[in-house]
Amino acid sequence: MSILVYTENREGKFKKQSFELVSYAHALAQLAGREVIALSVGEVADDELKQLGEYGASRIIAIDYSGHLESRNFSKLIHHWVGALGPDIVLFADNNTGKSLAGGVAARLKAGVVSGVSGLPISMEPFILSKMVYTGKVNAQIQINTHHKVVLLAGNSFGVHTNPVTSIIEHHNIVAELASPSSELLSTEMQKGKILLSEAEVVVSGGRGMKGPENWGPIEELAGLLGAATACTRPVSDEGWRPHTEHVGQTGKVINPNIYFAFGISGAIQHVAGVSRSKVIVAVNKDPEAAIFSVADYGIVGDVNQALPQLIAAAKTLKDNA
Amino acid sequence: MKILVCISNVPDTTTRIAIGPDGKSISTAGIQWIINPWDELALTRALELKDVGRVTEVVVANVGPTLTEATLRKALATGADRALRVNTEPTDAWSVAINLAELIKNEAFDVILCGIESSDHNGSVVGGLLAGILDMNIISSVSGLDIEGDTLKVQREIAGGKELHETSAPVVLVVQKGIALAPRIPSMRGIMMARTKPLLTSDPVSSEPMTATAQLFMPKAKGACRMVDAENAGDLIRLLHEEAKVI
Ligand SMILES: Cc1cc2nc3c(=O)[nH]c(=O)nc-3n(C[C@H](O)[C@H](O)[C@H](O)COP(=O)(O)OP(=O)(O)OC[C@H]3O[C@@H](n4cnc5c(N)ncnc54)[C@H](O)[C@@H]3O)c2cc1C
Ligand SMILES: Nc1ncnc2c1ncn2[C@@H]1O[C@H](COP(=O)(O)O)[C@@H](O)[C@H]1O
Repeated sequence: MSILVYTENREGKFKKQSFELVSYAHALAQLAGREVIALSVGEVADDELKQLGEYGASRIIAIDYSGHLESRNFSKLIHHWVGALGPDIVLFADNNTGKSLAGGVAARLKAGVVSGVSGLPISMEPFILSKMVYTGKVNAQIQINTHHKVVLLAGNSFGVHTNPVTSIIEHHNIVAELASPSSELLSTEMQKGKILLSEAEVVVSGGRGMKGPENWGPIEELAGLLGAATACTRPVSDEGWRPHTEHVGQTGKVINPNIYFAFGISGAIQHVAGVSRSKVIVAVNKDPEAAIFSVADYGIVGDVNQALPQLIAAAKTLKDNA
Repeated sequence: MKILVCISNVPDTTTRIAIGPDGKSISTAGIQWIINPWDELALTRALELKDVGRVTEVVVANVGPTLTEATLRKALATGADRALRVNTEPTDAWSVAINLAELIKNEAFDVILCGIESSDHNGSVVGGLLAGILDMNIISSVSGLDIEGDTLKVQREIAGGKELHETSAPVVLVVQKGIALAPRIPSMRGIMMARTKPLLTSDPVSSEPMTATAQLFMPKAKGACRMVDAENAGDLIRLLHEEAKVI
């Protein structure tokens, strides 16, 4: 039996999340006595495909395709390969792409699907996974009852680990039966250096305590030094200080970076709902009683205007010494 | 165009969650129920499109027990034209999706809106399952929707930027913040009118649970926050690097 991993690439380069996913699949394969098969769709060179072997994929199925596949057809394609290869576990990264494909694959397989999974299964028989529910307030153990199991791994939850194996690369064209497309990708607008908030490993965020949009320079500078995405609280985006795409919380985005920096953020429950799945939370607030300190791992009681320059200087030193 | 907005009934974020005696579900005593925040934004956009004449009817649907009617009434008060409820306590995302699919098989909708996740089980899968069951196309992480004649212009966020798609109906759209900026709130008139708007109940189709909650438990309390002296803020970076090893 095998585990099938959908490994996403962007412009021919695998995303780090794909390597994390293969590392996870490898660990799962050890537990379950399975082979790890990676499925790649797009124009990816053999040198790049070979990298999947470094993390534990012993068989790499490369579907050479240069166009845009709409999600319905993408799911059909993956479903076809599940049929052809016979895995019982199908893995996706829990990101925008994984979320748009996993449900369609699971529906076609009549398989149980669990998203936001962190860590290896608690048990293989029955197959039980753990994740957070109720906006991070509760831990849940979810059992999948079906033969096929579709799992979406939360980003940054397992890490990238090398497990070099000898791997075989097989190239294929699309052979699955697809529907005639009902949508078209009109345009893609890329912003250089912009990190997608929901995929970022480090997030630097500011609240009303930053006092105004003109004070965001240091937040962006620190983010730049740490390779981080920037975020904000709802009032900050409501005021138009920052774009609404940065708003995190109950009504904004839900994120799970390795580290979340909260500058001048009080830590209201609706805000924390969006960030409580972060591994480490750092808070800087002048009010020692601020609620954010009760969810933070590291804190500074003080003025953001004094703390930020010191943090920037220290981050520069760290970067220079790296 | 006719839009169906799938509405999940969830505990208000500020409600304290306690685990029930079975250890597999939460205790519902004292819970304040709300429209799932992203569904509220989806509903808001559907109503905005109706305001400008791009949409003829906005229907809301929920798979849930009688308890969820208050939430559906709130959606009606906000401006939805009618509501559908499949009368069952869903056991998992699959049971939600097949029951929603049944509604859609009985009545053609052009656009089906689901939220990116429901803030109870944080499943993130109902929209995808639904599209799969119906063999419809799906666009997820949608942050903008416009309708021009028979085509939909859909914006979605991707790593490093955004994409603009054009799609024909029917389609399932899984939406996030951006689809609307702030939720529409029911007006006094809307609340009065909601009482007489149709809320139809139907029986569920049977399904085997594909997944089940084996156990719920409260996470371990976080250790005390480690304080760093404000005069020595730079030391924090060192701790994050050497101790927490996150940068
Ligand atoms: C239905 C609903 C949904 C909501 N959804 C969200 C959501 O998704 N996301 C969200 O963020 N909020 C949400 N909110 C709002 C939330 O309740 C809070 O009002 C909001 O998060 C507060 O934002 P803030 O921390 O930026 O501002 P404030 O609460 O005003 O906090 C500012 C903080 O900055 C500190 N401060 C001030 N000056 C300085 C300084 N010079 N140096 C250091 N610290 C300083 C203060 O001590 C204070 O703690 C929601 C509310 C409701 C009712
Ligand atoms: N019981 C339900 N009834 C109707 N729609 C639902 C229900 N549960 C979830 N949904 C829809 O599916 C989306 C994603 O939910 P989930 O997959 O449970 O996280 C929600 O935002 C709703 O649009």
